[in-house]
Amino acid sequence: MKNHATLSAEFVKDSERMHWHDRALWYVRQKRDNAAKAVPEWEELRALASQIKAHTMENLDHYLETFEKEARKNGVAVHWAKDAEEHNRIVYEILAKNGAKKVVKSKSMLTEECGLNPYLERRGIEVTDTDLGERIIQLKGDAPSHIVLPAIHLKKEDVSAIFHEHLHSEEHNSDPTYLTGVAREHLRQKFLSADAAITGVNFAVSETGAVVVCTNEGNADMGVSLAKVHIACMGIEKIIPRMCDLGVFTRLLARSATGQPVTTYTSHFRKPREGAQMHVVIVDNGRSAILHEEDFARSLHCIRCGACMNTCPTYRRSGGHAYRFVIPGPIGSILAPLKQPDRYNDLPFACTLCGSCRNVCPVKIDLDHQLYRHRQEIMKRDVFKEKKRFMKWIARLMQHPMLFTLVGKTVRTIAPILPKSLLYHKKNVWGRYRQMPDFPKQSFKALYKKERNAKKQ
Amino acid sequence: MKIGLFIPCFVNELYPQVGMATLRLLENLGLDVTYPLSQTCCGQPFANSGCESDVQALAYRFVDIFQHFDYIVAPSASCVVMVKEHYGAFFDDAHEGFAKVKSSIYEVCEFLHDVIKPETFNVSFPYRVGVHNSCHGQRGLNLASASELQIPHFSKIKNLLSMVDDVTIVELNRDDECCGFGGTFSVTEPELSAAMGNDRITDHLSSGAEVMTGADMSCLMHMDGLIQKNGQRLKVMHITQILAGEGV
Repeated sequence: MKNHATLSAEFVKDSERMHWHDRALWYVRQKRDNAAKAVPEWEELRALASQIKAHTMENLDHYLETFEKEARKNGVAVHWAKDAEEHNRIVYEILAKNGAKKVVKSKSMLTEECGLNPYLERRGIEVTDTDLGERIIQLKGDAPSHIVLPAIHLKKEDVSAIFHEHLHSEEHNSDPTYLTGVAREHLRQKFLSADAAITGVNFAVSETGAVVVCTNEGNADMGVSLAKVHIACMGIEKIIPRMCDLGVFTRLLARSATGQPVTTYTSHFRKPREGAQMHVVIVDNGRSAILHEEDFARSLHCIRCGACMNTCPTYRRSGGHAYRFVIPGPIGSILAPLKQPDRYNDLPFACTLCGSCRNVCPVKIDLDHQLYRHRQEIMKRDVFKEKKRFMKWIARLMQHPMLFTLVGKTVRTIAPILPKSLLYHKKNVWGRYRQMPDFPKQSFKALYKKERNAKKQ
Repeated sequence: MKIGLFIPCFVNELYPQVGMATLRLLENLGLDVTYPLSQTCCGQPFANSGCESDVQALAYRFVDIFQHFDYIVAPSASCVVMVKEHYGAFFDDAHEGFAKVKSSIYEVCEFLHDVIKPETFNVSFPYRVGVHNSCHGQRGLNLASASELQIPHFSKIKNLLSMVDDVTIVELNRDDECCGFGGTFSVTEPELSAAMGNDRITDHLSSGAEVMTGADMSCLMHMDGLIQKNGQRLKVMHITQILAGEGV
């Protein structure tokens, strides 16, 4: 399987496209900066959000049980799923019981994580992703490359080709307004004929038993308002204690995600409407295990705004698919190895530890510190043996100053007289894109000693 | 005031002129500087590669060598961050030597700006200079306000640089974008690392910089290698070389 290094090398090769991707996401980062600047108490708001999350995670059982009780009082059916398989089965059973054949789904990273679409499709159910970006990649048979902007790796010309193939839009017409119109018309039919609507959950309010879904397209509302059955799927970490805590997060979420003051739609779903059903499926799928990992528990504070991706200098230039996990970028590089250590052990190293992600995170997750911790944990295991041996050897050398001096001097003497073909041998990865430094005749230590001796005399 | 000069291992071997510039810069200000000869490496390359267990012996050596100085000063932000942020894994809170080292270690710009506070360097540098803020300096040591945070803007490096006569500091398009060095990242993801470095260089060139400077020689080594290979006209100098009065 290709790792991040190989996939990012492929992405970088198309320099024009890579730079377009970088600029597109940097533009979002700048919009985020401007939006944050407009809130004088921005840094206090982040601190508050971080504290609310920490408190909630410490009392998660209490808040989840209260949520369940309140939701049931409102006439909502609450289901618990320990893993992806159970989540998918519960959703399928609700659909089957209601004879639902056509489902519309608004954006939910949880259902992506659980592989819900293929699970339902194998059982004869048509699932239509109604978020525009998600619909584009669903038609293409692609995976999302970003959690807020799932089709950010595609240009409007790509979208035009996909729509032409699947929705018979005009060939080569890549006018965004035209393409949006095509999608709107196509999705309208799907909304009108849907038997059930699935949504994600941005926040679940414990004290009221309500779930809150944030979208820019109104697609969650459209789906839920038309279909007889609403199934909201949420991870256990989506809970917040009180209604008055919600504003802290909604003020941070859209500003961090896209630089908007608030998402166009912030929809509160509290009870089923007359004659309809509302279900909430609460999913663990490995989260409670993370809760016990001292170094990584705070990764559960994430509100999925995507700001860490937009600011990440490697993500912007490697694309989201290089991470091969449902959630890419810095937060994905923390979550993926917790889920499948062997498959994703390259991701914590696909990072320069620049720390920009930590500074944009609206809930102040110490992302770069966690990536550093991950590296330590990974290297304790039986992997990257050659690198480990090399590091150990150099570290030992560094314990002996005379030996270090000798080796340094030898390298500085030999390197300049090596033929170019040997100095820039393909094993010298550094030299692939960089000229080697000039090897000086004397080290600093030698110069220093010489100068001090001269002074003494 | 006794100052222990900590010169990163690769600066010692590959950039002795940067070590000498740091020494001159401090001595020109009348400071008493000693370079302990038994020092080698702080262990950062191993720690950032996940091999923290190999660092323990180096951390003990470091504290042993430097604990008796009033201040420890180094021309490298990332090595200072290594000692301040990651040595804690090897010492308990009651360890006096480590507590002393942790509180007395400074990156050289930080030391000049916050402790010595010189009023002039008596040097001239008539060039257009772009400042590359290293990530560890920026976000680890707060050498400048990070662009992500909504806090008042400041830059200790630019403050020092603006005390040099005739210098022009150019504004970059992205003030604190990472250069893509990242330690072993530079060889485990060479294409991505080079792409990031080249973008950083382009930002300097299109901002009209003749010289790129910064507080971390590792970032500068990476970008200088790219510049040389690409045959671009951009001189790379460590900040101490400019402050010590070296020409281009």
